Amino acid sequence: MDYALALHRFQFAFTITYHYLFPQLTMGLALLIVVLKTLHLRTDDVRYAQAARFWAKIFGINFAFGVVTGIPMEFQFGTNWSRFSKAAGGVIGQTLALEGMYSFFLESTFLGLFLFGEKQLGRIGHWVTAFLVFLGSWLSGFFIIATDAWMQHPVGYTTLPDGRIQLESLSALLLNPWTFWMYLHNMTGSVVTGAFAMMASGAYYLIAGKHVEQGKLFLRIAVPVATVAAIAMLFPTGDGQGKNLAKYQPITLAAAEGLFDTEAGAPIAVLGQPDANRGKLDNPLLIPRMLSMITYQRWDAEVKGLNHFPKDQWPDQIELLYYSFHIMVGLGTIFIGLTVLTSFYLWRGTLFRSRWLLWVLMLAVPFPFIANTAGWFAAELGRQPWLIYGLMKTSEGYSVRVSAGNTLFTTLGFLGMYGLLSILYLFLMQRELEHGPSSEEAAH
Amino acid sequence: MEALWFWLLALMLTTYVVLDGFDLGAGIAHLLIAKTEDERKAVLESIGPFWDGNEVWLIAAGGTLFLAFPTLYAASFMGFYLPLIIVLWLLMFRGLSIELRNHAPSPMWLPLWDVCFAGSSALLAVFLGAALGNVVRGVPLDAQQEFFLPLWTDFQPGREPGILDWYTVTVGATAFCALWMHGLLWVERKTSGTLSERASAMARRVALGVAVLTVVVTAATFVVRPEMWQRFADAPWGLVFPVAAVAGLGTVMAGKRPFAGSATYLVGMMLSAAFSLFPVVLPSSTDPALHLTIYNTASGAYSQSIALWWWIPGIVLTTGYFTMLFRKFGSKVS
Ligand code: HDD
Ligand code: HEM
Ligand code: HEM
Repeated sequence: MDYALALHRFQFAFTITYHYLFPQLTMGLALLIVVLKTLHLRTDDVRYAQAARFWAKIFGINFAFGVVTGIPMEFQFGTNWSRFSKAAGGVIGQTLALEGMYSFFLESTFLGLFLFGEKQLGRIGHWVTAFLVFLGSWLSGFFIIATDAWMQHPVGYTTLPDGRIQLESLSALLLNPWTFWMYLHNMTGSVVTGAFAMMASGAYYLIAGKHVEQGKLFLRIAVPVATVAAIAMLFPTGDGQGKNLAKYQPITLAAAEGLFDTEAGAPIAVLGQPDANRGKLDNPLLIPRMLSMITYQRWDAEVKGLNHFPKDQWPDQIELLYYSFHIMVGLGTIFIGLTVLTSFYLWRGTLFRSRWLLWVLMLAVPFPFIANTAGWFAAELGRQPWLIYGLMKTSEGYSVRVSAGNTLFTTLGFLGMYGLLSILYLFLMQRELEHGPSSEEAAH
Repeated sequence: MEALWFWLLALMLTTYVVLDGFDLGAGIAHLLIAKTEDERKAVLESIGPFWDGNEVWLIAAGGTLFLAFPTLYAASFMGFYLPLIIVLWLLMFRGLSIELRNHAPSPMWLPLWDVCFAGSSALLAVFLGAALGNVVRGVPLDAQQEFFLPLWTDFQPGREPGILDWYTVTVGATAFCALWMHGLLWVERKTSGTLSERASAMARRVALGVAVLTVVVTAATFVVRPEMWQRFADAPWGLVFPVAAVAGLGTVMAGKRPFAGSATYLVGMMLSAAFSLFPVVLPSSTDPALHLTIYNTASGAYSQSIALWWWIPGIVLTTGYFTMLFRKFGSKVS
């Protein structure tokens, strides 16, 4: 691969992966904050208002990081993928501009009101601002997912003789069948992240023996949410995504599963290392016939393997794709087990005494972030070698006039800068966590 | 339809300059006028609820540019790769310094962020001005509608210029002073006591600098792109924009409703530039046949017309949010 192209890919992948660490928590917490505010309205119990204030602080810091890492993304379509932007701007310009007009303005103006205005706005008014921030962030997710879904599965367009792609139907673009499961799966994924973060802080407070009342409250709210969301990751949303893959991107499915030969009654590999050169899976641990069953609902259905397709259509990073997919599904399975068990303990009333389980919950906090990142890697690597599936190759879309030297320069800059951001983020989060939810002052 | 989108985009960018201008300007002035910790907090508080929303005008304008003129978006973002990424870094540091400063009150933490805030605001103002200068001066576009500019070459606005040359740096300096003035007037309006008085006095002096630089920049533009004046000869009604700018600056100097005056000045300057470029959006420095115009960069007719159906309700809603925000936080900070 051309060195400049490789660097553009790396730069974009790095900055977007980093950006997405923040919005997933934003979107998950936005929902949980609305839940807390609603409980406060309905029960008049001040502990809910305190909890909401605490999470608003965490939310505010996280949001700031999401904003500063998100701004580059809006521009990187042009800086890194200029040829792609020129060709496809007539289509994806719509969703990106929609996101700016309908969600960023909403989020950014009402976040100010939400964070600074609790006293002036009154209880109902403040609930409304919380809800609008939630709405803004979930809309933001929708438009960006619709953009990505169009790249995975282009619809509603025509191609002009000069190669430019034009929009033919806005409704087709917004109602893309790919968007539906992708959006639901992805948003549920952020709820998992948010709920795990809330569970972990609750567990931490119980273990550390401070803010104990609030810690219990966090757990009582977050555990059921986490459980429902974790199950929904597998069914129906993950299942829906898998069916889309089987239907529209069978090569991606084969690569993600490490399936080289076409088989009737194809197995699922739980473990194993793909060897793309020799076309086989080393050290496989298989569940027979499972893949056929979950994709086509028949034990003996035929699933196409990679060898069925010409090599120039294979994703170029089969190994990483395979591992990303397996990490996501593996963690998803573990999350279901963990949350169901925790719910059981909560129901029995023994959770707050089961220190080992609290420890596990506390240490589990990074894993939803890993699962979400792995999921995106699976989606984006699976789309290769296409930038727009079936329409434009990644190698045709990048900014040819930006040299490798310039790209490396800015990539190193981003690496340094984001390293610094990470330190700041962890430092500030640790401070807020230590400070805890009990203080009475208004949020910020 | 192309012309309509051109003007909508010009209005969005102008709104961006007027709104984000005051918080950038407050940043430039921060270290100079706010001497005590309380004063610094007051300056930050005066922009706290607004700055992110203001900045979204830039992001939304970027999105709208992508939507309406994708070829322009693609060409300029590749061509201006380096300065754009630097601007992104500055935006990041600036956002963090506003949001994070008050989270950890330690004697090392605060001055660090204060300097970061002032420095990034100042550099951003210069870069935004220089960006406008580049658009007016033109870039070496090729037949594929592509170009790439280094940060500087010989500092001459010739056929193979860099981002920075004497002309664009002059525009940058003008933008710097104009936003500095605008920010000072905002602080004057939103705070009270000595801080407000100091800001007011400094704004009077900076306004003089702005006046001088405006004359210089106007003359320089005449040298660099004489054909821009043709537009005013063809359609004299366009003179309302420069006249508005002069009137606005006059208001600032007279000291009556000075913030409105500097806003009018910024609107006048931005729209003068847009008016005199129209219908060109990025001139070629080598061959007028290669100019990027609103016609050869537009997305399809369907894209542009369907987008109006959601864009207009969107802007109405947005105007509503901002009105509400500025009402709720309309009073002076304590
Ligand atoms: C908490 C995070 C998380 C968890 C536990 C899971 N996923 Fe996931 N998955 C995502 C987070 C995610 C994601 C980040 O949201 C992705 C990336 C792009 C997208 O649409 O969603 C994704 C994509 C994605 C795709 C599309 C991949 C592609 O397009 O190549 C499939 C088929 C699945 N998931 C299936 C599953 C299954 C069967 C799971 C079993 C439990 C599962 N996911 C758990
Ligand atoms: C937040 C979640 C996302 C993550 C973690 C992510 C991750 C990645 C990764 C790892 C790559 C590199 C693939 C490669 O170079 O081999 C990539 C490429 C890319 N992604 Fe995403 N992505 C995300 C969301 C999006 C969205 C929402 C869009 C579009 C709106 C998008 C557009 C692109 C483009 C244009 C490329 C470059 C071309 C390519 O390599 O395919 N990504 N992304
Ligand atoms: C290439 C793709 C992306 C672009 C261009 C992009 C752009 C942006 C921008 C400009 C902001 C700052 C908005 C502000 O100033 O208020 C932002 C924040 C945000 N983005 Fe992204 N983003 C991308 C990927 C994603 C993805 C994949 C998601 C979710 C599915 C997402 C969800 C959000 C959310 C919820 C925010 C709100 C602030 C926060 O992060 O907490 N973005 N994004």
